[in-house]
Amino acid sequence: MTGPTKQGVGNFLAKQGILIAFVIFMIGFALANQRFIAMDNIFGVVRSSAILGVMALGVTFVVIGGNLDLSVGSMMSFSTIVVLDLHDKVGPALAIPMMFALTLLLGAFIGFLVGYLKLNSLIVTLGMLSAIHGLTLTWSGGKNMDIADKSGTWFSFFGQDRIMGIPVPILIFALLAVILSMVLSKTPFGRKVYAVGGNGQAATFSGIPRARIVFMTYLVSAFCVATAGLLQASRSLGSQNTVGQGMELEVLAAVILGGASLLGGSGTVFKTVIGVLILGFIQNGLLLVGLDFYVQYMVTWAIIILAVWLDVAAKRGRLWSPIA
Amino acid sequence: MTEQTPILRLEGIVKTFPGVRALDGVSFDVRPGEVHALMGENGAGKSTLMKVLGGIHAPNEGQIFIAEEPTIMTSPIQAKAKGVVFIHQELSLAGELSVAENIFLGELPRKSFGRVDWAKLYTDTDKILKTLNVSFNARTRVGDLSIANQQMVEIGRALTVDPRAVIFDEPTASLTDAEKVVLFDVIADLQARGVGIIYISHRMEEIFKITDRISVLRDGQYRGTLNTAETNEDAVTQLMIGRSLDLSRNESSHDMGDVALEVRGLSCGSLFNDVSFAVRKGEVLGFYGLVGAGRTEIAETIFGLRTPSAGQILLNGQEVRITSPIDAIRLGISLVPEDRKDQGLVLGMNCRDNMTLPQIGDLTTGPFVSNGAEVAIFDQYRDKLDIRTPGWRQTVGNLSGGNQQKIVIGKWLSMRPEVLIVDEPTRGIDVGSKSEIHNLIRELAAQGYAVIVISSEMPEVLHVSDRIVAMFSGAVMRTFTAEEVTEDNLVQAISGITPQKVA
Repeated sequence: MTGPTKQGVGNFLAKQGILIAFVIFMIGFALANQRFIAMDNIFGVVRSSAILGVMALGVTFVVIGGNLDLSVGSMMSFSTIVVLDLHDKVGPALAIPMMFALTLLLGAFIGFLVGYLKLNSLIVTLGMLSAIHGLTLTWSGGKNMDIADKSGTWFSFFGQDRIMGIPVPILIFALLAVILSMVLSKTPFGRKVYAVGGNGQAATFSGIPRARIVFMTYLVSAFCVATAGLLQASRSLGSQNTVGQGMELEVLAAVILGGASLLGGSGTVFKTVIGVLILGFIQNGLLLVGLDFYVQYMVTWAIIILAVWLDVAAKRGRLWSPIA
Repeated sequence: MTEQTPILRLEGIVKTFPGVRALDGVSFDVRPGEVHALMGENGAGKSTLMKVLGGIHAPNEGQIFIAEEPTIMTSPIQAKAKGVVFIHQELSLAGELSVAENIFLGELPRKSFGRVDWAKLYTDTDKILKTLNVSFNARTRVGDLSIANQQMVEIGRALTVDPRAVIFDEPTASLTDAEKVVLFDVIADLQARGVGIIYISHRMEEIFKITDRISVLRDGQYRGTLNTAETNEDAVTQLMIGRSLDLSRNESSHDMGDVALEVRGLSCGSLFNDVSFAVRKGEVLGFYGLVGAGRTEIAETIFGLRTPSAGQILLNGQEVRITSPIDAIRLGISLVPEDRKDQGLVLGMNCRDNMTLPQIGDLTTGPFVSNGAEVAIFDQYRDKLDIRTPGWRQTVGNLSGGNQQKIVIGKWLSMRPEVLIVDEPTRGIDVGSKSEIHNLIRELAAQGYAVIVISSEMPEVLHVSDRIVAMFSGAVMRTFTAEEVTEDNLVQAISGITPQKVA
């Protein structure tokens, strides 16, 4: 009987497909270019993925809860500009908590609209993408924002320092990933997020306050965005108003690559981290094999489509189906 | 019925899936002008058999004959071309299109350059609708029709070819009694035209009303065919589950305690009006009425899902204010909802997580959910309710309907409620699990729970209830004790015939 074994393998592939794809892909690029697996290259990729990664952690909560967040890129620009501006006005020690508070306020507003008023999250966050961009420009007067004394501030710690040889952004990304993974998989709140995203009506019938849970997922997302903004600002100590532009789609791509369903109710923090790394290493690998930077936009898109296709194909048991 | 050439015959059909023998040598035949019931518990192989017949699955062994001609089915479209059409339980209509477009979907009559021949489309459709005797016309938008009329459109679709055999899969699942009568007329009409009909249903009443023969499947095996006129429900049930089912009237055998829940003059807009009743500890109070009589809405109001416009709810003699399910749960009220899949369960979650969902916030050590406490609850209620699952990690969506329902019941029993409301406890559940759930409800009452059972099935209400509240059009018509109630006076009460109102 080969039947059960074959099914077992198929099952394993369907569940761990993304991890296997990741490994195959790393080996492929490593064979093509030795530099790819050099330690400094790997650190470089993970560090440049950290900002995207931190944002993707938050969006994972929103997506599992059954909603979308397309405002994160625009909101990250806001956080970056605000913290840089406040840095010179009130000092870094006050600037950071004030920036977090303001970003959380934006998250709370979105959470209120989507959770309590039950408005469609696609419309709300797409609108907020534009509205927050306007807010950022208003704040900065449209100018780039720079810290006056770039060498004399400890603010650069978050984006530029290393602890025991490891870049701080990587440590923050890892720490946040571990904490949020625990929150999602081990706490009652995490379980409620899955329930609300899996079947909102059944969650209500089980006495779960659906509106509050959705609201909370947007707060988690805003907290992650504020952290990402801090890393971005600290790394460059100066920024354009559009620093986060387009990142909402990359973030969403990483979450989907990780295998979270856009319908809600499934996904994990660990899988999102894998999704983020795949995206980062693909872009790095393409550069190393000598392709133009612009090509990566197209390749990234193709890989996402491929991932989604393989995901549905694994679920329905064949690549091609006349019915969905 | 005399021996005729069968219009459709299956011989020794075997279908295996990895690890499962879903169909194991199934043979039966359908004669022209016959209504042939196909019965069996969930998982007995009815759906697989229909998929083989429709060409979706190829059988491993066996042969299908149409008019005694061996035929290999390759797709539902090819089956239809051979005159074998399916009326599915779940309607597959395009709501935004007209009746005519739906009936001829995929085969619209054409003029030159691929233009649709609308005139022909509408006249052809009207011809079909005429045989169905319906009140809507070819141009009506399907989304505007009632479920029953949508089903008529689905049947109309079958009539675009000259069907030789029509398969109805649970056609009455969402129909009212009046709508059923219309459906049965259509079936009788098809019968008169010499069409052979396979009728799949769980409802004994209907089976005995309209079918000529009954074939039974159990665990993928063919158990035999009975002539409807020469058998009875008991014999059929025995074939289906291998034992007979007790549906005798309830006789209260235990003492009742104080009033647990009392409702006084409760109203909710136009849904129900001035409803009063009380249920004691150890009592099962049945609610019976037609769909739309307001029973579910009362339960939802007590559970905090709707806001009452007037009236009081008293728990153990104290008036309580319930504005959300969270309040209701805290006060010790549990609701097993009507729609298991939409309201009762998160189908993608595992068994344990579903069961502990309402109390997950209390099952913690420190900030984290305690795995041990959760598994302990699951194990306790799996044993108590005899839930058959490979383990708590099993996704609930993969369980049978009966086991799913037990998960929902377990979820609410584990909250140790004072009042348990069960809305349609056995909807879409096979006969064997049904009697288990009935026994369970009686047992819970004996243990001192106050239980409210809402049901649309009269035998069920009669079987489990100590008293029965009959509702009609949002009002309580009468409350019967087990001694007073008869099928006749109950039917009269829910049809609004008895004017007297006894609180």
